[in-house]
Amino acid sequence: MAGHATSLKTYFTIWIALLIFTGLTVFAARIDLGVYNAAVALTIASVKATLVALFFMHIRGTSERLTKLVVVSALFFLFLLLGLSMSDYLTRAWH
Amino acid sequence: MADSPIAVQGTSHQVHNPALLHHFAQPEQQRNAASLGMWWFLATEVMFFGGLFCSYLVYRLLYYPEFAACAKTLDWRLGATNTAVLICSSLTVVLAVWAASMARRTLLVVCLIATIILGFVFLGIKGKEYHDKFVEHHVPGPTFSFEKVPIPGHPGEYANPQRAQIYFALYFIMTGLHAIHMIIGIGIFTYLLIMAWKSRYTPKYYTPIEIGGLYWHFVDIIWIYLFPLLYLIDLHK
Amino acid sequence: MSTVKAQVTERTNYLNADYGVRSWLLTTDHKRIALLYLISITFFFFIGGFYALLIRLELLTPAGDLVQADTYNKLFTMHGMVMVFFFLIPSIPAVLGNFLIPMMIGAKDLAFPRINLLSWYLYIIGGALMCHCMLTGGADTGWTFYVPFSAITNTKFVEAGLAIFVAGFSSILTGLNFVVTVHRMRAPGMTWSRLPLFVWAHYATSIIQLLGTPVIAITILLVAAERTLHLGIFDPKLGGDPLLFQHLFWFYSHPAVYIMILPAMGVISEVIACYARKRIFGYSFVAFSSIAIAVFGFLVWAHHMFVAGISLYSALVFSMLSYAVAVPSAVKVFNWTATLYKGSIHYDAPMLYAFGFIGLFTVGGLTGLFLAALGIDVHVTDTYFVVAHFHYIMVGGAVMGYLGGMHFWWPKISGKLYPEGWAKLAALIVFVGFNLTFFPQFILGYLGMPRRYWDYSHMPEFQVLNVASTAGATILGIGYLLPMVYFLWSLRYGDPAPDNPWNAAGLEWKTASPPPTFNFDSDPVVTWEAYNYDEIDAPHIQEAPVGR
Ligand code: HEM
Ligand SMILES: [Cu+2]
Repeated sequence: MAGHATSLKTYFTIWIALLIFTGLTVFAARIDLGVYNAAVALTIASVKATLVALFFMHIRGTSERLTKLVVVSALFFLFLLLGLSMSDYLTRAWH
Repeated sequence: MADSPIAVQGTSHQVHNPALLHHFAQPEQQRNAASLGMWWFLATEVMFFGGLFCSYLVYRLLYYPEFAACAKTLDWRLGATNTAVLICSSLTVVLAVWAASMARRTLLVVCLIATIILGFVFLGIKGKEYHDKFVEHHVPGPTFSFEKVPIPGHPGEYANPQRAQIYFALYFIMTGLHAIHMIIGIGIFTYLLIMAWKSRYTPKYYTPIEIGGLYWHFVDIIWIYLFPLLYLIDLHK
Repeated sequence: MSTVKAQVTERTNYLNADYGVRSWLLTTDHKRIALLYLISITFFFFIGGFYALLIRLELLTPAGDLVQADTYNKLFTMHGMVMVFFFLIPSIPAVLGNFLIPMMIGAKDLAFPRINLLSWYLYIIGGALMCHCMLTGGADTGWTFYVPFSAITNTKFVEAGLAIFVAGFSSILTGLNFVVTVHRMRAPGMTWSRLPLFVWAHYATSIIQLLGTPVIAITILLVAAERTLHLGIFDPKLGGDPLLFQHLFWFYSHPAVYIMILPAMGVISEVIACYARKRIFGYSFVAFSSIAIAVFGFLVWAHHMFVAGISLYSALVFSMLSYAVAVPSAVKVFNWTATLYKGSIHYDAPMLYAFGFIGLFTVGGLTGLFLAALGIDVHVTDTYFVVAHFHYIMVGGAVMGYLGGMHFWWPKISGKLYPEGWAKLAALIVFVGFNLTFFPQFILGYLGMPRRYWDYSHMPEFQVLNVASTAGATILGIGYLLPMVYFLWSLRYGDPAPDNPWNAAGLEWKTASPPPTFNFDSDPVVTWEAYNYDEIDAPHIQEAPVGR
């Protein structure tokens, strides 16, 4: 259970940050970063997702280790799905 | 919640807590079970969308030029607005949880209503986008048409319509499933609103708000990824 | 805990606590839901078995004379779909797991009883869709429903896909319930290191159900979209990649084979410990090997795609990873064997099934390693060798485990004892029938008989082995019918079961047979280690000299 007035301040700070990051990702997409455009877009998205998870979903501070384990394992298995599929697609000789 | 509560010694839960089911010893146990259940459910959702992200990744690698051309036909302003709308709704959700834990019933009700409204705003904007695509014949199927659409950064080259159709198929399936999740979320929040209106939640018991909130934030996170993946490909070209 | 020795006949239990159809169809009691599942999966087991019978009859002669080619395609498709999704995946978890997990950890029920009931209803809706599919002509895609064929076949694939989709959510909900239950509902003193290995195995299974099943659900949705709108996602003619389907399909379906085998491994651990009267050798290794199997199981899926056109580098990686998954399986087999060493072994019926399991699972697992070797796989893929491999594990392993578990816990479930002699006989018949059915298929496959052929008249030399296989299948069928008969018989005529007929360790044996609605008369507190057979048996050893 989240704290008191301090947590309210946190919520608004995170909210502002998320909005700024949304602007930032649009801005970054409109300048030419070469191959890094996609990387930047995904990094910003991941930062935003992490902020939501940590502060809005209260992974930080209030929740137990088990919750973190669930999150990590979901991401791990997602990574397996994407990564091992790519082990095929990125090494095919014929496409 | 038909089962009668059983008395539990030594815990602080009140008599008016009708939500303690018979097979739990304490309210904490029940709350922890519900929250863990929701987290595991969200893990399954990660994998559910994961299959789509995997397909997206494969075809983006194979048909990058078409993906860029198709993304250009979307209106990133609408996409960005919708991202902002969802972020605001996440704020109202987390405020609702806070209000519930502080016994601020009015604030709770206001936040829940705001969340629902923002959910509808999102769906409205999404509907406008779908409508545009429909008018432009960009909806996959027999009427699909994508003739002579240039590939960004490659003057004189045009997107292959079949490959473009794959992009739009993924676009509609991904955003469509996301929208279905939004609709379910609005349903959940309407239920929470009714219950909050009836003062069912107290600082001792507001688990449904918490786990409903988790679901809403998760749907928000999915969109946080969908936005750059679908809208922001080669925008600078 | 009340250990009332005298058998009070009119004790209220979960069976006689309430009567009427409503009290069953709206029950949230995990034990009653387990029985609902038992009846439903038995129904599908017989439907699946019926298809198997027709398949074996067709293959009795080289010519395709009993059914048409199209019909044959439907037979093996419906056989596979029914058996995998409607029998084997729910079998042990939804029946024995549902019944036992809360009792084994000292809880009154699963964490979410109503979700448990919902999962049964989803199963039934899925099952009804499957029946609809079968009654209106069936699908002919094979249980693997590869695209592009499944996107164009004009048989009833949509119904079948939808059925599997819905049943998948039933499976997810069961897994969700188990995971949360194991985390949150354990009785005081029931630490993780005291959990029965059956519970560990189900915990691992549930993780696979939770993280794998959603992927098959989305895959089915994509195929359905492809079918209706011709999007081109999987259709090579429209720029799609059919291999993507196979990746997504096997990302679920390889782990799904562990959904089928892990619970059986859990059963075997309980049975071996009881009838060898020993703590399982290397308890924590066996426990963690379940988790290891669940994780490694997700790393090997493309071994089903070696000849499908994936990159050679990728194939090498998946081949090596497939060897890795055999390690935790082998750990289990070695630990069971080590448990037997110097145990005082009792050859009761459940133990016979356990022995059968160990042998047959080992054969199945080792031939899995043959298949995981790239060179050998090129030779035997899509032959009867593969068919024999997975039947050794799914039928020889998982179904043996299921039957062993049904015997072991039948007294607890029904409150009645089954006839031991018949049970031993049935175990023997199943073992013999099974090997006669499937061992010839290894040879057939090695010699080059392709799977899914309905006519082999250009290779009549294969008939002898096929006849052997069909004969074996008949024996196997009898072996499966027998328990059905004497279980039902025992309901009426069987001797009433004491609370703990096998002198077994475990909380489920410390309550009545059949248990009361909330499992225990008073909330249990656990103060002993798992499988404390030395303590259970110790008093008898000390008593003996006194009596002389
Ligand atoms: C010990 C570890 C195992 C290994 C290394 C292994 C390996 C393999 C390989 C390489 C194949 C593909 C053969 C081919 O299509 O050419 C295969 C097929 C199969 N295996 Fe296993 N396997 C193992 C355990 C299991 C288990 C435990 C089960 C079931 C409970 C199982 C069920 C299946 C099924 C159903 C197929 C055939 C699928 C189809 O094409 O219809 N396997 N196995
Ligand atoms: Cu496999």
